[in-house]
Amino acid sequence: MYRQPVSRLWWLKKRTYFVFVMRELSCIFVAWFAVFLMVMVFAIGRGEASYQRFMDWAASPVVVAINIVALAFLVLHTMTWFVLTAHATPIRVGGRRVLAMREARVAGRIVPAATAVRVGGRQVPAAMVIASQYAGLVVVSAFIAWLVLR
Amino acid sequence: MADSIRMQVTRYTPGPDSVPTVAEYDVPLRKDWAVLDGLNYIKDHVDSSLSYRWSCRMGICGSCGMNVEGEPKLTCATFLTDYAPGPVRVEPLSNFPIVRDLVVDIEDFMEKLPRVKPWIIRDDDVTVIDGEYLQTPEELAEYKQFSNCINCMLCYAACPIYGLEPDFIGPAAIALAERYDLDSRDRGQRERLDVLIEKEGVWGCTFVGECTTVCPKHVDPAGAIQRYKLKAAKENLMTFLLPRAAR
Ligand code: SF4
Ligand code: FES
Repeated sequence: MYRQPVSRLWWLKKRTYFVFVMRELSCIFVAWFAVFLMVMVFAIGRGEASYQRFMDWAASPVVVAINIVALAFLVLHTMTWFVLTAHATPIRVGGRRVLAMREARVAGRIVPAATAVRVGGRQVPAAMVIASQYAGLVVVSAFIAWLVLR
Repeated sequence: MADSIRMQVTRYTPGPDSVPTVAEYDVPLRKDWAVLDGLNYIKDHVDSSLSYRWSCRMGICGSCGMNVEGEPKLTCATFLTDYAPGPVRVEPLSNFPIVRDLVVDIEDFMEKLPRVKPWIIRDDDVTVIDGEYLQTPEELAEYKQFSNCINCMLCYAACPIYGLEPDFIGPAAIALAERYDLDSRDRGQRERLDVLIEKEGVWGCTFVGECTTVCPKHVDPAGAIQRYKLKAAKENLMTFLLPRAAR
């Protein structure tokens, strides 16, 4: 028998593999933002001068560049996470649920997404489940923006 | 439309060949011909030693899976005209050892499948004489999608994790575990979870999602795995929070 080797560059062979590896990488940037926020909170806690120093550091080109890259990865992370949740939790409507495989379009890319829920004989596509998560994200973001800006 | 298409087919004979080679064949390009018909043409008219598996020609038996232009496909359901003008590359399914030409060895899956106990498990001793277990159409609908698996192994060929970590139990096996878990007649959830909660079980999966994309029967193994992860996580939390007796 011949064992087919897995090439080191397997993740470049398909777009979906590449997106997957990028999503795995994105967790580093999620951690980066968590640390960034924590450092900010500490800086605020230590008073005006320290906060100002933090802000100066945060405005330096290198940090801004890192944050832009990190934001891109965070967006990818969020998008793929939403698709995943649609997979993991079938939604029960009217006391019964029907699982079905559907495809959703996220950022112009066809991605697998499950959970078509049947309501009165009609199927609500997974894209709508995902859309509702975005709606939730918008609501939460708006609330936080209101808290910060008011 | 051109009247022929070139097929680039992997050839390998253990013994004489140390590595697989590629052979080229020109086959008639007909509107109603699948890749499998092209292979049959080669076998009947050009080289009768070409080896590959097939049986039903209608997407039911699951034996004709191969990589067509790098994508795992049922060759009986993949049309040559979709690859015109060609050439079209036909290889054995990736991630499996090659036995000969396009035939792969799926022994690994055959060994893994019974581990998830894909049959109805009962804790009572009801016999046929006592009557059948009834099930409503709604209860059937709960698991029907997962019961459509034809063991074609396209999902294993598409899964990079299985390629890198051959111990991973894999998409179809987990989808079949879910099929029985969701069956209203079954009581075996606990036993299956014990197997799948291990590292080689659902946690091997990092949700690439390709298994669901390539599945010809819309089984959605990726969805089954994510749901199983939820079950496993819940179980781990319970073990952590509750004393054994209360579980
Ligand atoms: S889950 Fe789909 S791709 Fe995988 S073996 Fe079953 S039918 Fe084939
Ligand atoms: S020959 Fe049976 S599935 Fe293709």
